[in-house]
Amino acid sequence: MSARNRELVGLLPASLLITAGFAGVFIQRKAELTNVSLTYGAIFLGLCLAAHVFIRITLPYADPYLFPLVSVLASFGLVMIYRISSGDARQQAQWFVIGLILFAVTVIVFRDYRKLEQYRYVIVSISLLLLVLPRVPGLGEQVNGAYLGIRIPGTSGFQPTEFSKVGLVVFLASYLRDTRQVMIQGSRRILGITLPPLKYFGPVLVIWGMAMVILFLLSDIGSSLMFYGALLAMLYVATGRISFVVVGLVAFGLGAWFLGTHIPHVHARFEDWLHPFDANIYNAPLGSYQLANGLFAQAAGGVFGQGFGESILTTASGTALIPEPQTDMIYAIITSELGLFGAVGVLLTYLMFVYRGFKVAVLARDSFSKLLAAGLSAVFALQVFVIVGGVTKAIPLTGVTLPFISYGGASIVANFVLLALLLLISDRARRPVVRT
Amino acid sequence: MNAQITKLFAVVVVLFAVLAYFTSRWTVFSATALNNNALNARPAIEQLRIKRGSILAADGKVLAKSVKAGHGTWGRTYPQGGLFSQVVGYSEGGGNAAGLEVSMAKYLNGTPSSISSLFGTASTSTQVGDDVHTTLDPAAQQTARSGLNGQAGSVVALDPRSGAVLAMYSNPTYDDNKPNAKCADACLVNRAVSSYYPPGSTFKIVTATAAINSGKYTPDSVVNGNSPVTVSGVPLSNDGNQSFGSISLTQALTYSVNTVWAPVAENVGIKTMTEYMKRFGFYSKPPLDYPAGEMTASAVQSPGGQLYPPGSPNEDIGRIGIGQGGLVVTPLQMAMVASAVANRGKLMVPHLVSQVTNPDGRTVKTVKPKLYHQVMTAKTAQEVNLMMRTVVDEGTGTPAQLGGGVQFAGKTGTASVGPAGLGETQPWFIGFAPADDPKVAVAVELERSTSGQSGGAVAAPIARDVVQTLLSEGK
Repeated sequence: MSARNRELVGLLPASLLITAGFAGVFIQRKAELTNVSLTYGAIFLGLCLAAHVFIRITLPYADPYLFPLVSVLASFGLVMIYRISSGDARQQAQWFVIGLILFAVTVIVFRDYRKLEQYRYVIVSISLLLLVLPRVPGLGEQVNGAYLGIRIPGTSGFQPTEFSKVGLVVFLASYLRDTRQVMIQGSRRILGITLPPLKYFGPVLVIWGMAMVILFLLSDIGSSLMFYGALLAMLYVATGRISFVVVGLVAFGLGAWFLGTHIPHVHARFEDWLHPFDANIYNAPLGSYQLANGLFAQAAGGVFGQGFGESILTTASGTALIPEPQTDMIYAIITSELGLFGAVGVLLTYLMFVYRGFKVAVLARDSFSKLLAAGLSAVFALQVFVIVGGVTKAIPLTGVTLPFISYGGASIVANFVLLALLLLISDRARRPVVRT
Repeated sequence: MNAQITKLFAVVVVLFAVLAYFTSRWTVFSATALNNNALNARPAIEQLRIKRGSILAADGKVLAKSVKAGHGTWGRTYPQGGLFSQVVGYSEGGGNAAGLEVSMAKYLNGTPSSISSLFGTASTSTQVGDDVHTTLDPAAQQTARSGLNGQAGSVVALDPRSGAVLAMYSNPTYDDNKPNAKCADACLVNRAVSSYYPPGSTFKIVTATAAINSGKYTPDSVVNGNSPVTVSGVPLSNDGNQSFGSISLTQALTYSVNTVWAPVAENVGIKTMTEYMKRFGFYSKPPLDYPAGEMTASAVQSPGGQLYPPGSPNEDIGRIGIGQGGLVVTPLQMAMVASAVANRGKLMVPHLVSQVTNPDGRTVKTVKPKLYHQVMTAKTAQEVNLMMRTVVDEGTGTPAQLGGGVQFAGKTGTASVGPAGLGETQPWFIGFAPADDPKVAVAVELERSTSGQSGGAVAAPIARDVVQTLLSEGK
């Protein structure tokens, strides 16, 4: 079977999932819903088929599993959001269309994605600018004490960090492609630790500083962990030096420890994380209310879940029991309704996507492509780790989205760009070599 | 670089394993602790999503029912207001609940069927509880309320043959639709089962039972009715220091002669007295289908307010024998005393619930009459019954007379309470009717009469009216 036919067959699980999902919501709330809701599923599947045809024409050799995995995640996300708030689901569906358009634009414009390298300093500048935007007065929006979104009329909170993550990975892939050899050869051993030459390590230090700034300015432990983790992962892939990673982790740890103990609002986030069930911290402004209620929701789910549409989302007075159920906390709702089984299923789907992403990196033929594919896969995996880890109290909770599942325009569009880049690299890597 | 990429993927696998571990930690290993965490609002909201069953009076009148409260939750409404509130209680979710709403929660909440919970569909949001049918008689409740006429106190009526609670009303009451509204004098407390009062002379029924059933006395035993006598080294006199001379034990009950009954209790002895008190249910919480935490056992207090262990040698058994000496009882306990005599010595387990039916109308549970204790022989019961008839016929309890050829057997009580010298009293009346075929046993207690009124004067008429109401309904 050709790669594209495998992709087509791979869309079957997504179509089954979305049909079953909407039918589930429909049965559960038949009094409140009309038959129209089922057309959502049909439109979604039509879009997936259109995207498949587009890939068939433009990227015939690309990895056949990446897009079906994304459609499984996105259809699952759409059903979950629909179950939480049907209005949000309609917006999400619109963003899904915009994401697909940007996906197509990316594929067509960056057909030779290596020309991204020419713009690497432009890209990194825009990425950094996007990161600080939420802090700009009048433009930024503070959510739960962290500045993560900017206001765009007509949308509910646009998170520019989603685009920064793709831009930074592109920059690092290009920069490390150039400097990896000198970093390895020029490194010296100081006190038994192998350190790279300072001259080429500079930009890496800049990103370390940036991660600290994100932590400090945006109170955003998760995003800084995500960016910094992607940096270390790419540094490791580029140089193969574990010592760089160790030094990097120690530097991050020291910085985080300093900020966590000296900056009150960062310290509060650590306290929320360490003592979510302390009544004082629970009731404090910006306290652990959200985290604790996410954990309570997961506990209610148990092994098999309460059943689709059965988790409690509102208090008796109709207010939200868990703040941000459709974005930050969607993993808790999934666990509450589908249990440990459903949650692990979602995690395995992400793991398969990351696996295919790394596979693209392994198959790629040049350093830039390898670094880019590995970096994109790593940053994607880290984003899942940051939000799921936050919701499950493995790490302090930060509001980043669960890729392709959470409600959020920037998230879905940026991740479609990420998917486009992975497919572009994959198409080039798997294309038969034609000698001319 | 491929080797690094492979290792990086291994790191990702480890990170995802951490996520799976933490997810299983909350969903499985710590799930119970989290579900029970005091900060967790979910169980309370879960409760509110259940359409609880109704609580009904004996005639089917609705005492509590669930009504839609919006956002998929149900609220509770109590159409009878304060008339039944202390028995029925309230249920607000979040663990704020009392009364039958608590003790019958298992039935009122129902259980999701096993099939629906396995697949998780249509479970919690459609869970419907069972209806609880009580033995309470609305007319008798109303009579009790009218009789108390706003005074603090309790009325308990039992069917002595089955133990069914026909009436249980206390003042002050509250509106169980608004249990958090401010109210005076501990209105949320069900005084009938949880407040302590000295029983006064009504306790002489227990002393008489112990004296006769143990074989030490008969109703015709001649006793010395002179006043005062020395009990536990302290002089004890009758009301107005009246002396009665040589009288029978029956006459001593008819006129409630303290200087007879205290020495009788001393003669019977602490050990036997304690044994009979236990048989009547003293020293244990009542076996009522009501939350144990909202009931108290009747017992003896030391002057310091501590409870003596049963049969303690420190007890002044003579004064206990006339319902003083630190003895404190609940109105339900005294109704049980009357009930045991009425039912030929057989004390039945008191119960508020007759049956539980599911939403389809099928009976889930039927409460059958159950013997609690055989307190005395049928012969002793008959003798004490006859003695109690004279109390109403010609003694201190004449205001309880029913007329119409129906005989009331009873006993008054007028315990001294409050600061010495003020003459405050605790009026009581216990009894049963019809005396030759008892169908209703009753205890009426009024809390602290500042004008020093007697049980015969103020409690007996209330008992009469409640019994009359119940008998006229053919109970």
